[in-house]
Amino acid sequence: MSSDLLQIKNLVKHYPSVKAVNGIDITLKAGVCFGLLGPNGAGKTTTVEILEGINYATSGEILYKGMPLGDQFRKEAGIMFQSTSLQDYITVRETLEMFSNFYPKHADLENLIVRCNLTEYLDQDNRELSGGQRQRLLLAVALVNDPDIIFLDEPTTGLDPQARRNFWDLINDIKAEGKTIVLTTHYMDEAYALCDEIAIMDHGKIIAQGTPKSLLAENFNDVILQLPTSELKDVDLSSYSTYERDTYIEITTCDVNEVISTFIANNISLSQLQIRARTLDDLFLELTGKELRT
Amino acid sequence: MSFKRFLALFLTRNKEFIRDRSSLSWNILMPVLIVAGFSFAFSGEIGKQFKIGVISEDIATSQARQFLSLKHIEFYNVENSEVAITNSVNKVQRHQIDMLIDAKTNQYWINSESPSGYLVEKILLGADTKVLQKQVFEKQTVSGKLIRYIDWVIPGILSMNMMFSALFGVGFVIVRYRKNGMLKRLKATPITAFEYLSAQIASRIILIMVVTAFVFYGTNFFVDFVMNGSHFNLFLVFALGALSMISLGLIIAARITSEETAGGLLNLFSWPMMFFSGVWFSLEGAAPIMQNIAEIFPLTHVTAAARAIMIDGAGLLEISYHLLVLTIQSAVFLLFGAWLFKWD
Repeated sequence: MSSDLLQIKNLVKHYPSVKAVNGIDITLKAGVCFGLLGPNGAGKTTTVEILEGINYATSGEILYKGMPLGDQFRKEAGIMFQSTSLQDYITVRETLEMFSNFYPKHADLENLIVRCNLTEYLDQDNRELSGGQRQRLLLAVALVNDPDIIFLDEPTTGLDPQARRNFWDLINDIKAEGKTIVLTTHYMDEAYALCDEIAIMDHGKIIAQGTPKSLLAENFNDVILQLPTSELKDVDLSSYSTYERDTYIEITTCDVNEVISTFIANNISLSQLQIRARTLDDLFLELTGKELRT
Repeated sequence: MSFKRFLALFLTRNKEFIRDRSSLSWNILMPVLIVAGFSFAFSGEIGKQFKIGVISEDIATSQARQFLSLKHIEFYNVENSEVAITNSVNKVQRHQIDMLIDAKTNQYWINSESPSGYLVEKILLGADTKVLQKQVFEKQTVSGKLIRYIDWVIPGILSMNMMFSALFGVGFVIVRYRKNGMLKRLKATPITAFEYLSAQIASRIILIMVVTAFVFYGTNFFVDFVMNGSHFNLFLVFALGALSMISLGLIIAARITSEETAGGLLNLFSWPMMFFSGVWFSLEGAAPIMQNIAEIFPLTHVTAAARAIMIDGAGLLEISYHLLVLTIQSAVFLLFGAWLFKWD
């Protein structure tokens, strides 16, 4: 059997007024964490909804384990939507038990409860959960059937930094079990930290695909120097590629020594100088000409 | 169809309803309050069919005395002053009283357009007959327990409460779940639309039957209404009625995503049924077109069948027409609602 778990061939979705997905091809191997990135309106939510089986493609083919999406997929897929309401007046435990009963194959609920850190909230009404607790419950719901493939749609949107980090730990645990994950996110640091492979979508098409490191290496061989705008106000930077942020200026260069020599020659203090490597945010800006919107 | 999945949805929905105290309380309290209100409103002396103002207690003739001693007519004194008499004449004009009579002068006022006034006048003139005519009609008497308005209206109130619970309890809930994404989440599981809808229907029917039984026996304890038929037959009528009205709710909720639209549509169906299904007043004598329209409403058949059982002690054969209509309506509404249903 092929190790290709999911194959998407020339997927197209047209709405009356917009081409949301315009011919994309993706092949997912079992056990990878695949990140689908893009701004609002890029077509990634439509793509994921088609992959999840809750939306229909205009044309194209999707194969799960070599077969069209069907009952087997629904039984073996775990899905966490970005925003899902759960039933009122029902406790966390009852919610997990209800969803567990929908599937022929079950994860061990007690183990799942511990892993998702839900033990303290088991008898709590769904309405009374905080944002982080709720996201952990939705993740647990996505895992009740011990799925082979898990779709996580912007799972950390709206969480505070600590809750995000905790959530990343959970996803890394799932990855360690060899599960296949499809992750959509606005956060480039999240994609970099979790994904083995990413695809960047814009205008319904995939404009770049590969591992985060390979994509950065392919597109950049330079670094960025940052200094406060006030330090550089009397310096002629016209020979450099610069980008002015709120309170500082970024200079992109392949020759750090030459730029620093210029700063020294102009008596500029280097005490606040920062040098950073290129990130996925830079890559997206480079490829699409626009910043990721949240 | 997986019974395990059906049961999981069914049990969860039951818990949700039972724990929603405000909804549960309202389902039980509303009919009890309505019955209590009607019971209080109609608790006065029964049989006062006409209301007549009497200007003078100084009765001039034996005929007037005979008239004023009649039963089941409410006589009340009117002050012998110009103002009081004018006010009372105005009341006659406005149909607020049926007659004003001056027992001293033997004058009386009636409204020529009032049916009650016409009847009271006939009674008064009958009492004025000085020579007894030869008796033509032979009097026969019967006796039986009085059927109060409250006895007559209770089958309708129970049915109406069931209608609101069925329409809003299923229709509104489905729209809410569609709007907040719960249905979309269920769509991504192996649950089928048939499993989901049948669990919702089964849950609501059982809850309606339990609540209706509670209201039935609770109300009967206080009001002691008439129940001449079989409890099982009544149970059957209510169960079938609940199914037909839940199915009607499914059609309304099949595709709507806005709770406001759903609320408006549910009211559009429930209010005409509430007023034109014979819950509050008999449709006998109503315009034929209204009677024909009422035949379409499931509530008409539930109310009529329940009333026949409770008041007349009717058996299944006697209400078979209503049972047949409710069965056909349930099947048609259910199939159409399931066909229309969309998860998102």
